Amino acid sequence: MDAVIRKQLKIKACKARMGIIEGVFNAKSGHPGGSLSCVDIVTYLYFHHMNVDAQNPKMEDRDRFVLSKGHAAPALYSVLALKGFFPVDELKTLRKSDSMLQGHPSIKYTPGVDMCTGSLGQGISTACGMALGAKLAGKNFRVYTILGDGEIQEGQVWEAAMYASSKGLDNLVAVVDNNNLQIDGKITEVNSPYPIVEKFKAFGWNVIEICAHSFDEIDAAFNAAAEFKGKPSVIVAKSVKGKGVSFMEDQVSWHGTAPNAEQYEQAMSELNQALAELEA
Amino acid sequence: MAEIIKTATRDAYGKALVELGGTDDKVVVLDADLAAATKTGMFKKAYPDKFFDSGIAECNMMGVAAGLSTVGYTVFASTFAMFAAGRAFEQVRNSIGYPHLNVKIGATHAGISVGEDGASHQCCEDIALMRTIPGMVIINPADDVEARAAVLAAAKYEGPVYMRFGRLAVPRIYDPETYEFEIGKAVTICEGTDVTICATGLLVNEAIEAQKLLAAEGISAEILNIHTIKPIDKDAILKSAAKTGAIVTAEEHSIIGGLGSAVAEVVCEGGKPVPVVRLGVNDEFGKSGPAVELLHIYGLDAQNIVEKAKKAISMK
Repeated sequence: MDAVIRKQLKIKACKARMGIIEGVFNAKSGHPGGSLSCVDIVTYLYFHHMNVDAQNPKMEDRDRFVLSKGHAAPALYSVLALKGFFPVDELKTLRKSDSMLQGHPSIKYTPGVDMCTGSLGQGISTACGMALGAKLAGKNFRVYTILGDGEIQEGQVWEAAMYASSKGLDNLVAVVDNNNLQIDGKITEVNSPYPIVEKFKAFGWNVIEICAHSFDEIDAAFNAAAEFKGKPSVIVAKSVKGKGVSFMEDQVSWHGTAPNAEQYEQAMSELNQALAELEA
Repeated sequence: MAEIIKTATRDAYGKALVELGGTDDKVVVLDADLAAATKTGMFKKAYPDKFFDSGIAECNMMGVAAGLSTVGYTVFASTFAMFAAGRAFEQVRNSIGYPHLNVKIGATHAGISVGEDGASHQCCEDIALMRTIPGMVIINPADDVEARAAVLAAAKYEGPVYMRFGRLAVPRIYDPETYEFEIGKAVTICEGTDVTICATGLLVNEAIEAQKLLAAEGISAEILNIHTIKPIDKDAILKSAAKTGAIVTAEEHSIIGGLGSAVAEVVCEGGKPVPVVRLGVNDEFGKSGPAVELLHIYGLDAQNIVEKAKKAISMK
C-alpha cells in the first residue's frame, strides 16, 4: 500500500477511535473493546475499498456492509460520521433516547447503516441474502460483514457459512474479528471456536489470515478476496481487543464497560498523542 | 347441489406463487427443504432461477430473505409454521420485523390438522408469536380462494406478512369470480342477531355449519371471517358485538394469544364489553392421528362452536 494512503488511513482510524471513546463515554455504556479491535478494518472498508456515497446512502449499486457483531456499533458510527454520512457531533448522542445512533445498528435510524444487527449470528445470513440478490440482479456490488470470534459460536453462522459456499457467493467477504475475548472470558475457555481457519475451509470458503491492525495486510486481503472467484472469502483477522487505548488492550473487562471521566481523559490523551505523531 | 371443491390452502399458495411469478419479476421464493410439502415446488418448477433452497436451516433462510428484500425483491420464505414462527422466531423479529422488510412468510402445516406427524409438528402457537412483532401482518385464509387472494395482496403490500396455510384439504367457501379480499378487513359471511361467531382459517367452514345448526334451534348467528388477525378489524368486531351482544371465537390455534385473545382485547377495550367465549386448542399439545379425527378430538368443529355460542349467549 502507498505510504501516503496508509498514513491517511491511520489518521482516520485514530480519529475513529476517538469517536468510539467519545460516544461510549457520553452514553455511559456500550462496547469499546470490540469496537476498537475492528475499527481499522471498518475504516479501511469505508475510506479505501467500498463503493459508497455519503450523500446518497441508499445508492442502488453501493457495496453493502453488515456489522454482524452489532455491539461494535460505535466503530461503524464513528467511521460513518468521518465519512460524512452524518455530523461527527452526533457521536456524543450515542444510545440517548433522541439519538439517531441506537445501541446496535439500525437501518431505521441511521443513514449509511445497511442492516439491523445486534443479535449475534444473524448479520451473516442477511449479508448472504444481499450477495445472492446482487447475483440475481446481475449487479456488481459486493457485500462485507464482520463477525466476532465469540459470535461464531452461534449455530446460525455455520448455516450461513454452508449456504454462502453452496450458492457460490464470491461477492461476499466475511471478517472474523479474532480478538480472543468474549464477555465471559477467553474464547478458548468459554467455548473454543478454534480451529477457525480449518472450519471455514471445511465449509468451502477461501480463507485469508491477517493482522487486523496492519493496513498493508488488510489491503492485500481484501484485494485477494475480490479476485478470488467461485467461493466466498473469509478474512480471519488477529486483533487486539481495546486496541489503541493502553489500559483497554486485551482486557475482557472492557468488552461492555464505559470509561469514567479520568479514564476518558487518559484514553483521549493517548489517542491525541498518537494522532499528533501521525500528523507530524 | 353443486359439488363441493376441497383444496388445501397450501396448494392455493403454491399456485398463487406461480401466478405471481408470471407477472412480477421481483418475486423470489425460498424454502427449507420442504418445497414438495409447502407447495413452493410448483414455483420452483416454473421459475427455477427465482427459487432458492436453504436446506434444513430455517434461521439462515429468514436472514437470507431479509437480505434479498433489501436489494428490491419481494421474497416469499416458506417452511412449516412450527419452524417459521417457532424455530426462526428471533430471526423473523430481528432481521425482518425490526427493519420492517418486504418479506412474506408462507407458513404451511399450521395447527392440529397436520395430523399423523403429531405434536412436534402441530404448531398452535404461531399466531400468538407473530402477533407480538410490531408491524407484522398476519393472515389465516379460510379456503383456497381466500388463500390465493391473500398471497396476491401480500405481494402488493410493502412490509412483512405472515401467512398461515394448512395441510388438510378444506371446502371452498368463496366464489373465485366475485370474492374480494382486503388485508385487515373482516368478511361478514352471514348476518345474525343473537351471537357473533368470529372464525379464522379452517374453522370458518365449521362456523358456517354451526350457524345452520344454531338456526335450526332458533338462534340467529352472525359470522365474521377474520382472515387478517393483525391488524385486526376492530370496527367490524365492535359493530357486530353491539348488535348481537355475545361472541364466540373459533380458531385452529392455542386459545392463548391467537384470534380469541385478539378479539377479547378489542371487545374489552371497546367500551361496551360483551361475553367472549373462545374455542381453540386448550393449552395442550396435539398428538398423532388423522386430521379430521383430531379436529373433533380437540373440539375444533361445528358442534363445539354451537356449544360455545350457547354459553356466550347464556352469559349476556
